[in-house]
Amino acid sequence: MASPDAAPPELATATAFRAVLTRDLTLAFRHRGDMANPLIFFVMVATLVPLGVTPESGQLALLAPGMIWVMALLASLLSAETLFLADHRDGSLEQLALSPQPLWLLVLAKIIVHWLVTGLPLTLLSPLLGVMLSLPQAGFGPLVVSLLLGTAALSMIGAIGAALTVAIPRGGLLLSLIVMPLYMPVLIFGASAVQLAVDGISPSGALAILGALLAFSCLISPFATAGALRVSLHG
Amino acid sequence: MARTRPLLPEWFHRLGSPKGFYQMTSSWMPWLAVTAAVLLLVGTVWGLGFAPQDAKQGNSFRIIYIHVPAAFLALAGYYVMAAAGAIGLVWKMKLAHMVMKAAAPLGAALTLISLVTGSLWGKPTWGTYWVWDARITSMLVLFFLYLGVIALHYAYTNGEAASKASAVLALVGTANIPIIYKSVDWWYTLHQPATIKLTQAPSMHPDMFYPLLVMIAGFYCFYALVLLLNTRSEILHRERRTRWVLDMAEGGRS
Repeated sequence: MASPDAAPPELATATAFRAVLTRDLTLAFRHRGDMANPLIFFVMVATLVPLGVTPESGQLALLAPGMIWVMALLASLLSAETLFLADHRDGSLEQLALSPQPLWLLVLAKIIVHWLVTGLPLTLLSPLLGVMLSLPQAGFGPLVVSLLLGTAALSMIGAIGAALTVAIPRGGLLLSLIVMPLYMPVLIFGASAVQLAVDGISPSGALAILGALLAFSCLISPFATAGALRVSLHG
Repeated sequence: MARTRPLLPEWFHRLGSPKGFYQMTSSWMPWLAVTAAVLLLVGTVWGLGFAPQDAKQGNSFRIIYIHVPAAFLALAGYYVMAAAGAIGLVWKMKLAHMVMKAAAPLGAALTLISLVTGSLWGKPTWGTYWVWDARITSMLVLFFLYLGVIALHYAYTNGEAASKASAVLALVGTANIPIIYKSVDWWYTLHQPATIKLTQAPSMHPDMFYPLLVMIAGFYCFYALVLLLNTRSEILHRERRTRWVLDMAEGGRS
């Protein structure tokens, strides 16, 4: 990393941001198996729905918008636990917290990478699930757009929970407990955007609110996450 | 606490120290207890025994005298908890963390009471115990938020980290409560089932309304009483090794 003393502070901050970004991306691509897990989970749960409910395509089409969204939410929730866990174990989280750059900015970089390796693939995979659950044609576009915005918001919110539970042994279940209520608005507007489109109504209102939720979570989450990390690290 | 603030009166600083708070509130307790008991007793007898029957719902509407005050305080309690958490985080006030810890189970219990009474009320009114109505769903989410704060608090073994972490969570929850409420509202208008008609709370007859007011006031006093009791026992627990607690325990009186 560039020595922070030599460079002017803004430059050093930007460098640190980029360093965290590339480091996390590299790490993620060296553990491609971990990256694939949420996706496999996503597809497998989609297989459970016809098995558990009905393979009849008319009824599946009714369930599809909500089910795909619930499954994407759960997949994102499962992956949120790993956001800080490895860094906490090997001590690099402590190093990040000690660095002269603002922690929220470095945290933001980590969240962005987390979205790039979980939320974005989930979004790209979602049309396949739409086909599997016989989602009506009109729903595909809004499904992708709503998941694109929504999974980013989920990553932002999940990061707060991950930071709060990172120091707790077996914190995964607790993480889902504390984060799920906060996920609910995203789910409501995400699923209804798709549902509205299927019903032939313009989903732009729901999508706009989803965008607003994303903007709001971008505003709050990095700071809350950084604060929570400091609590987790220093007690 | 690091710097003196001449703006604030001396009693405020006394409130900020656990010892001062404990001693100051000792004299409040009997008053609060008596007021809460009288208000709750009067409200219950008046509401259950003397308020007129509802034209449509008969006697079953009387559960409102428990349901509405509990729901009021379940919501207000979350803000009490979050405000205490914020004060604890910003001013590093130990007492605020204790109030927050005391407020969480109390609020969760009130939320549960309002959910249970609501569902019992739903059976004779709507013919079912559970309806995915916007208000019921929001209360359920509120209950989950409380449970999250409590669970997070108990998961930490280090007391101070537990306080701070649950304070952060309570604050994040506060920012989300209006959003959750609005979105649940919106969701409900989108999915509103046509079969169930909610009885809109119309302008209540004064004979029904005054006992409700008394009950709400009684619940507020009761809430304050239990919050203080919880906080005081938390103070004693955390300060159990200090001189003043030991003195009090040996002396047998405060």
